[in-house]
Amino acid sequence: MHPALSVIFFTVISGAGYGLFMLIAVAGLFEGLLSPPLAVSSVLIGLVTVSVGLASSTFHLANPKNAWRAFFRFRTSWLSREGVFAVLFYLPALLYGFVWLNEINVHSAWWFVILSLVVFAGALLTVFSTGMIYACLKTIRQWNTPMTPVNYIFISLMHGAILFLCLYWLTTPEPTAVKGLALTALAATLAAMLLKIIYYAWIGRPAGPSINTATGFNRATVRLLDVGHSGDNFLTQEFSFVISPCRIMALRSLSMGLSFIIPIVMIAMMLGGYWQTGAISLGFVSSLLGILIERWLFFAEARHVVNLYHGAQRT
Amino acid sequence: MRLGLAIDLDTCVGCNACAVACKQWNASGTTGPLSDYNPYGENPSGVWFNRIRHYEVDDYPNNKTVHFPMSCMHCEDADCVTVCPTGASYKMPETGIVLVDQDKCMGCNYCAWACPYGARELDREDGVMKKCTLCVDRIFDQELPEEERQPACVLTCPAHARFFGDYDDPDSEVSRLARERGGMQLMPELGYKPVNTYLPPRTAPSVPVHPTDGTEENTSLLDKIKGWVNRTVER
Repeated sequence: MHPALSVIFFTVISGAGYGLFMLIAVAGLFEGLLSPPLAVSSVLIGLVTVSVGLASSTFHLANPKNAWRAFFRFRTSWLSREGVFAVLFYLPALLYGFVWLNEINVHSAWWFVILSLVVFAGALLTVFSTGMIYACLKTIRQWNTPMTPVNYIFISLMHGAILFLCLYWLTTPEPTAVKGLALTALAATLAAMLLKIIYYAWIGRPAGPSINTATGFNRATVRLLDVGHSGDNFLTQEFSFVISPCRIMALRSLSMGLSFIIPIVMIAMMLGGYWQTGAISLGFVSSLLGILIERWLFFAEARHVVNLYHGAQRT
Repeated sequence: MRLGLAIDLDTCVGCNACAVACKQWNASGTTGPLSDYNPYGENPSGVWFNRIRHYEVDDYPNNKTVHFPMSCMHCEDADCVTVCPTGASYKMPETGIVLVDQDKCMGCNYCAWACPYGARELDREDGVMKKCTLCVDRIFDQELPEEERQPACVLTCPAHARFFGDYDDPDSEVSRLARERGGMQLMPELGYKPVNTYLPPRTAPSVPVHPTDGTEENTSLLDKIKGWVNRTVER
């Protein structure tokens, strides 16, 4: 699949924003963990990242004037569901920010617990829908797996946890809970890494349609003689993105290192008390860059079945 | 009704006439124009609803060239319709034809991602998705003589390799051909239930070119002449 930069940027940036929302929604339930300035700044950063991500996702539309219609096929389309969840999410998110802005001390109020749960569930549902947009496509076997939404959710949680740790460290004068938060971020990063490794092992197995099922000639070798067109067309531009296995492995290692290994080392350094501000900021930036590469690879490694009509033997 | 095509891979000669006729009709039809980019330049490209691929099946000396015209399969379980977020993609309930309402499409390409057959192409000039309509603006046109109410590709095919009809009617020509010739669907494992069927190449000539039992002496003069003609124009 051709990696569309606007979509890569959207899924990574808004994923981090939703992850941050999930984290503060849980953190807000613990007394004394979330101070009003931290909560309000987190909500603001979350809203900005989510909105920038959503705005960038409209850049890949060829006819953006009809984008408003995308909310009307909620019943069947995951893209529509994601749009609806993303827009509805602003309501509880703004309300949550408003509660903290007015320093309403409501940790034990029942409606605050419900509001926190709604914020958490809204963010989770939106990221899940983003993953399902890809996971529901039977045409791309590298995407058509439950691992896709699981990876999206855990990477989002990882970014949320690291970003929240970063914000907590920078804004709290007496960071007493830093150890627990750092361990949370560490656990989220380890889980995201493990699930991504499982995903890579999963897509490495040969499976899916072949040139034989694509042409119906199941009892003989089939070779493409001629594609019937001399130049590029929409199908080859959109689906026939070729990348060498060497470069895939190099980029996978780079992305694994940047997204998971460096943040794990940085969080460990922070726990050990070395260069704490620098370590956690570097950890977050490194993870963001690594996941941008991971998302680029997610597209570049996906092989659409239409490639079987352009010369590929397997998907 | 379940309208669709039957394509005879035995007689298709890969001449691209169906693709050209399709482009000609649809460029000025309800889905037109089918934009071309850089048409007289070095690397011309454009929107086509029908593309012909050429394959070599099996190895020498048993190999055979097969020409493979592909357009929309008008699937029964069309994911391109269900994934569309705007409702621009729809399936005509009466005929099963999959269509795009160009006034609603936002050009997100998602339906093209969901289509395994490469039947949908984005028109970059118009910014909307376009696809084979089974010439819906032809097949129901009461102004046309009845024998011309067929898709442009079917009418034009010089090898008579394309057939159009209703698969829900067991007596239609396409149903009969699919039944008798072992019509196959492409990538059935994906579960889209494509309607168009492909008739595989025959393993033996459909017209016997040699007398079957060598008893030519007992046949009439007419049969002898027929036999001589058949041997002369051996396929």
